[in-house]
Amino acid sequence: MSRKNLSIALTGSGGSGVMTTGSMLLEAAAKAGWYGYMGRSAGPQIRGGEAAALIRVASEPIESPDDSFDLVLAIEPGSMGRFVAELPLRPDSLIISDAEGGRRSSSLPETPAQVVDLPMKKLAKTVKGGRPNMIALGAVAKMIGLPEASIYPILEKTLKSKGAEALEASWACVQKGFAAGHDLPEFEALPIASESSPGEPGPERWSITGNEAAGLGAVRGGVRFVAAYPITPATEALEWLAGTLPKLGGVLVQAEDELSSINQIIGASFGGTPALTATSGPGLALMTESIGLAVCSEVPVVILDVMRCGPSTGIATKSEQSDLNIALNGLHGDAPHLVLSPNSVSDCVFTTQWAVHLAESMQTAAIVLSDQSLGQTRAIVDRPADLAFLAKRLVPEQLEENYLRYAVAVSGVSPMAIPGQKGGQHTADGLEHTEAGTPSSLPEDHLAQLDKRERKINGFDYGQHWADLEGVGDTAVITWGSTTGPVREALSRLKGQGVDIRLIAIRLLAPERPADMAAALKGIKRLLVVEQSHSKQFHRYLRAAYDLPAETRVFNRPGPLPFRPQEIIEQLADWGTKS
Amino acid sequence: MKGDTACTLLQPKEYKSGVKPVWCPGCGDFGVLGSITKALSGLRIQPENVAIVSGIGCSSRMPTYLNTYGFHGVHGRALALATGLKVARQDLTVIATGGDGDGFSIGGNHFLHTCRRNPDMTYIVMDNQVYGMTKGQASPTTDPNWVQGKLTPSGTGINPFQPLVIALASGANFIARTSSSDSNGTARVIMEAIRHPGFSMVQVLSPCVTFRPEQREWKHMLIPAPAAMEATSDPALAARRLLTDEGVYTGILYQGDRPAYQPKHEPSIDNIAELDEEFQI
Repeated sequence: MSRKNLSIALTGSGGSGVMTTGSMLLEAAAKAGWYGYMGRSAGPQIRGGEAAALIRVASEPIESPDDSFDLVLAIEPGSMGRFVAELPLRPDSLIISDAEGGRRSSSLPETPAQVVDLPMKKLAKTVKGGRPNMIALGAVAKMIGLPEASIYPILEKTLKSKGAEALEASWACVQKGFAAGHDLPEFEALPIASESSPGEPGPERWSITGNEAAGLGAVRGGVRFVAAYPITPATEALEWLAGTLPKLGGVLVQAEDELSSINQIIGASFGGTPALTATSGPGLALMTESIGLAVCSEVPVVILDVMRCGPSTGIATKSEQSDLNIALNGLHGDAPHLVLSPNSVSDCVFTTQWAVHLAESMQTAAIVLSDQSLGQTRAIVDRPADLAFLAKRLVPEQLEENYLRYAVAVSGVSPMAIPGQKGGQHTADGLEHTEAGTPSSLPEDHLAQLDKRERKINGFDYGQHWADLEGVGDTAVITWGSTTGPVREALSRLKGQGVDIRLIAIRLLAPERPADMAAALKGIKRLLVVEQSHSKQFHRYLRAAYDLPAETRVFNRPGPLPFRPQEIIEQLADWGTKS
Repeated sequence: MKGDTACTLLQPKEYKSGVKPVWCPGCGDFGVLGSITKALSGLRIQPENVAIVSGIGCSSRMPTYLNTYGFHGVHGRALALATGLKVARQDLTVIATGGDGDGFSIGGNHFLHTCRRNPDMTYIVMDNQVYGMTKGQASPTTDPNWVQGKLTPSGTGINPFQPLVIALASGANFIARTSSSDSNGTARVIMEAIRHPGFSMVQVLSPCVTFRPEQREWKHMLIPAPAAMEATSDPALAARRLLTDEGVYTGILYQGDRPAYQPKHEPSIDNIAELDEEFQI
């Protein structure tokens, strides 16, 4: 059977350059015509500590980790130990390790895999300024069938700031590694699916991270103001936006804290500029009071939450789907708002852009729940499609006398005058207010405005995008966010064996869509809920919001370990879905 | 917009919304409301080009009473919200208003960083050394021996926050103190504050007649700074004065010329599709 994909991990200790090596390997694979991605796993150290680049290259687009790794390059043998749980291996998996790099026998963890030596340190020492990671890059390129020459332009690009000597040293190491690779086991080269026919270019492919994709979706949707405070693992989205917004006439302000971030974007949006902030769980917690303000004052804002393991500082560098509760229910008072979640790196573009469009259309707050495993993963994907979703706010064209900012419109969306518009003066208020925006403690005003703010969100036409519904059959898996990738791959494998199971991947988590969900669940007798949360937050949400089949079970666990397709297949096995 | 003589001259009262304030009779904030309308009228800034931003507290009710754009947000965050608005809309006149609790306690961090960042806007703090809306607790500027505070019946025992000294140390470039009882004088200072290119901090001592009735005496205690103390641009001299004037001198006490925080907005690409390039393989 010809192989369609390969999973490769590079592990190293601080400064060994595993992330750089992994990125170059992924880029070379992309240039060769493959798809793939690289996830990151790191300890809490700012610099140093151990790090692992988790790579999968494939002939076709992929969104999930595989069940196990085919190849591990332990650039320092001692670095592999802390990733053992994240690196499932088979008896035919290979570990390439450096006997001279350390105490090999004791420092390599116990695994079923075969171990092969590659004297990376020794080979690197033969080159002035040579480094073992570049030996590893050459060797692995040879083992997986990448042409040696394809590495040079990538080195040139990556090392251009380091000078000619560094480039030459690295290139010499790659060549030595490549030569050494002749003596190592070779993997059958992957077919190239991105060519529509041999030699013909296939669809345009991109190399993009989930954090960049969310940033791109934001600016495509019209965001031109961002205020934010740095936080792992959202920072790269901000860094990308900081470089990009000025090109578009926009601006990013580094705020003094998350309380400032959220209020700055409310201010900018009040001024008519679509605005976003990005953060992670602790930052979202700080922002919740003011998200309530955005809801009450009806000022559109988008909050991107790149989730990590919580509570508190938790595991700041690793993924978990445990901010669902706070995103859905963390606001005080009755505060209807939007919660969305992308289900792949590529979908980060779509979902964030859609969130901007929805927030602006309904003049409310939208929380987008991405996570570390999407945000910090670089993926080779087909170019994300251009979307028609743009920020389009209902602004009065002509202002008549007695303009009512919070007029109780049938749709719930009332025209929002922007500062500078004569006759549109009003006070946007977090105090309950009359239609004019004057503070009011009267029960009838409170009820009218609560109804208005709920109606605009519940009555909106979300079309088909509220969820991805795939497949046929009377059994379904329901999931959301980054766990969708492994579920999709599991169901695709089962389909290949003649077993049909449906997928329900919810993109719009709030407001609830009871009629849509009832239609999606029609004919489903058995339902498996898959989520990465210790307390089954998603299952509790589903139970509260929807009528689920009597035969519903949950497959959950906390982060940071990702779900793997085979695990999901096993969960479905005794439901008569084994082929 | 720093005032536009081509615009219609509106009378101060035309800047009022007509909504009746919730303030107690005799509250100093009435005077400040009047001073703001006089300043806007004097500068001929049209109401639709002004945004008044506030947090929570008696004085934070200000936006509702003005016929300008306004934002009445959450407690302590007025400066952050105003900064976002000003950075996104540099054409607007942005004024943040609030009290000592809102600005120096719950909003203290934003106060420091707004002084430091120096966006071109004006901050009017109506300081009455008490939380009035929650009915009489000590604020950051309360004297340590004030024993009427319901949460601190033996006094706070801690030294008051010195907002103007902190403003100076944090980088504010326009620092003034006025008395709400001097409506015209306060209006003149607010006009100068709005004209100042950068962050301008105006502390208005504004009595709380309900919980601090003794503050009615402020109008006799506060005195214009001597001519020799007119606005200095020397921060060291300003620091010495602010530390030693016992909080009684009014006027513009410091004015520097540090450039305002105004990120540029000229796009360098015509088509957003040009962003695709960096991702293409």
